[in-house]
Amino acid sequence: MAVKAAGRAASRDLDRLADSAELIQLLTPEGERTEHPEFPLELSAEEIKGLYRDLVLVRRIDFEAIALQRQGELGIWASLLGQEAAQVGSGRALGPRDMAFPTYREHGVAWCRGLDPAKLLELYRGVSHGGWDPKEHNFHLYTIVIGSQTLHATGYAMGIQRDGAVGEDGEAVIAYFGDGATSQGDVNEAFIWASVTNAPVVFFCQNNQWAISEPLERQSRVPLYQRALGFGFPGVRVDGNDVLACLAVTRKAMQAAREGQGPTLIEAFTYRMGAHTTTDDPTRYRLSAELESWKLKDPIERVKQYLIRSELADKSFFEALSAEADVIGTRVRKACLEMPDPQPLSIFENVYSEPNALIDHEREQFAAYLDSFADEEAAQ
Amino acid sequence: MTTLSLSKALNAGLRKALEDDPKVLIMGEDVGKLGGVFRVTDGLQKDFGEDRVVDTPLAESGIVGTAIGLALRGYRPVCEIQFDGFVFPAFNQIVCQLAKMRYRSLGKLSLPVVIRIPCGGGIGAVEHHSESPEVLFVHTPGLRVVACGDPADAYTMIQQSVTCDDPVIFFEPKRRYWDKSEVDTADGVAGALSLSKARTLVSGTDVTVIAYGPMVKTCAEAAIAASAEGKSLEVIDLRTLSPLDTDTIFESVRRTGRCVVVHEASVTGGLGAEVAARVTEECFYALEAPVLRVGGYSTPYPPSKLEEHFLPDLDRVLDAVDRTFAY
Repeated sequence: MAVKAAGRAASRDLDRLADSAELIQLLTPEGERTEHPEFPLELSAEEIKGLYRDLVLVRRIDFEAIALQRQGELGIWASLLGQEAAQVGSGRALGPRDMAFPTYREHGVAWCRGLDPAKLLELYRGVSHGGWDPKEHNFHLYTIVIGSQTLHATGYAMGIQRDGAVGEDGEAVIAYFGDGATSQGDVNEAFIWASVTNAPVVFFCQNNQWAISEPLERQSRVPLYQRALGFGFPGVRVDGNDVLACLAVTRKAMQAAREGQGPTLIEAFTYRMGAHTTTDDPTRYRLSAELESWKLKDPIERVKQYLIRSELADKSFFEALSAEADVIGTRVRKACLEMPDPQPLSIFENVYSEPNALIDHEREQFAAYLDSFADEEAAQ
Repeated sequence: MTTLSLSKALNAGLRKALEDDPKVLIMGEDVGKLGGVFRVTDGLQKDFGEDRVVDTPLAESGIVGTAIGLALRGYRPVCEIQFDGFVFPAFNQIVCQLAKMRYRSLGKLSLPVVIRIPCGGGIGAVEHHSESPEVLFVHTPGLRVVACGDPADAYTMIQQSVTCDDPVIFFEPKRRYWDKSEVDTADGVAGALSLSKARTLVSGTDVTVIAYGPMVKTCAEAAIAASAEGKSLEVIDLRTLSPLDTDTIFESVRRTGRCVVVHEASVTGGLGAEVAARVTEECFYALEAPVLRVGGYSTPYPPSKLEEHFLPDLDRVLDAVDRTFAY
């Protein structure tokens, strides 16, 4: 009995978090500011306007990418439409030394990490498999196999521990994934590793309700944030369409991780308003009424309403931002159209750290083969 | 020179690697207090601590996946997969993530991760404990794949693998763990044969016999037996399975005109098929006979009471040698 009681006392904090069915929210869909005792957030007018700017710009970049795909300039695009607040809120909670491990939809986080949005297009245009330097932005390459990156994030966090970079002025890692990924073995293994090593990692699950065509009930019969309890760390559910709540919750979890309090699972409850990717057709598997109901909870509109209602921003602010968005959209489009195709012989580069006789041989053969056409052309 | 078993030689090599670079870590199931089920990591946790010799949860994908993350942070993890048949839960992490990271990052990221795998049969084990999955990794660009055949190579090759900036799949012939030979632990590995090179173990003139891992010893013994019958075998220990040291292979086959490739893995789609194809392309006019393969049959690994029939042995090697003279 004594052992049982002690265990219960130790897990009381977790129980409280897991039992609360509440969605942590600091800004209602109508744009009303609310408070939460555990997640206080004080932001200046400029900071809130900055978040609004992020939201608007990443949606604009996303729209431009969809248009580019429709015009045949990208092979595919994975839209973040509807998930801007989850990504900007969490992305802006990161410090420069924190490390982020994204999926292939984290364009809003990429924006917060200072990546040139045009860089994101390389993967989808087929020019590279990523192309940015993860160390330059502390933003890893997009990972396409679902859930794999959660283990990389956890291992990286174990490295932070070994570097003695936990504690005051510590560093932490954030792993992004979706509701579908929570069924993957790798994600569950990452939870176990992070738990038993107390690694400084925050698991940020954007529950957008759909894994391509599969609804959440195909993945889980319990709310996802409650899974954390079984692994031995706290789980919280935040309104993923509320940029303020996402910022506050992620800030707190990241700070706890940096200080050595271990992992947290954040379930950002949101909605994929667009298709899974540009190849997908959501009308085959979900009702338009569902989408319409989520449009009323739009992550951008509520911030706009708040800014207007609080008289923090006037018409000129919104007009200037709209103009800035168009400039960025135009710049991204131009960068995409001007992106050079990689050279054929670059196929053979960066397979190994040192020269490899077999690859060198194949490169020579392929180069000679290409040259043979040049000879033919010259002869004609 | 000291006399060491293959497992002790690996242990000495790993100890040296841990001493040489504080970023080197060992991680796996039971590698700590137990010292691994084959005792390859015996005593290392005691001397280097639990942060550097890490007993992990029992999940192979987690071992390799977190090793990738540690490598991204600047560490050099050496993962132990307890048995060959247990590597498959980690297959996705190895093939999709570990092997491709340098390529997909355009050379900006390196993953210096070593994955040690005790391989092969011959120890009377239950199923999934006697597999030879090497060709699955050889088929994966971005990985280095090596196999040690004796204690001296085990000692140097494990250290070379740890300092290699590419991911290395390191196969250890488990039935040879207890075989002993002289190992030079006094000198460093600077003067040792490169990790990218095969080694001509026995020089000969009639037939080139190519082997790696557990079959190296078998083929060396076959060379002795063949010489009694007046046949001169040249035995090449491949050591590196990816990339293949084709120069050493071609040079030998051009002299002998005959080639037999020996491995425990099933012959269908095996490394022998790759060697045979390349030898045929490059040494066609020097060949006196087709390249023959001696290997496991194209069946699942049988129950251990049958493994002596499944695994190549000295007589099956000599049988293939004889057949090359029938053309």
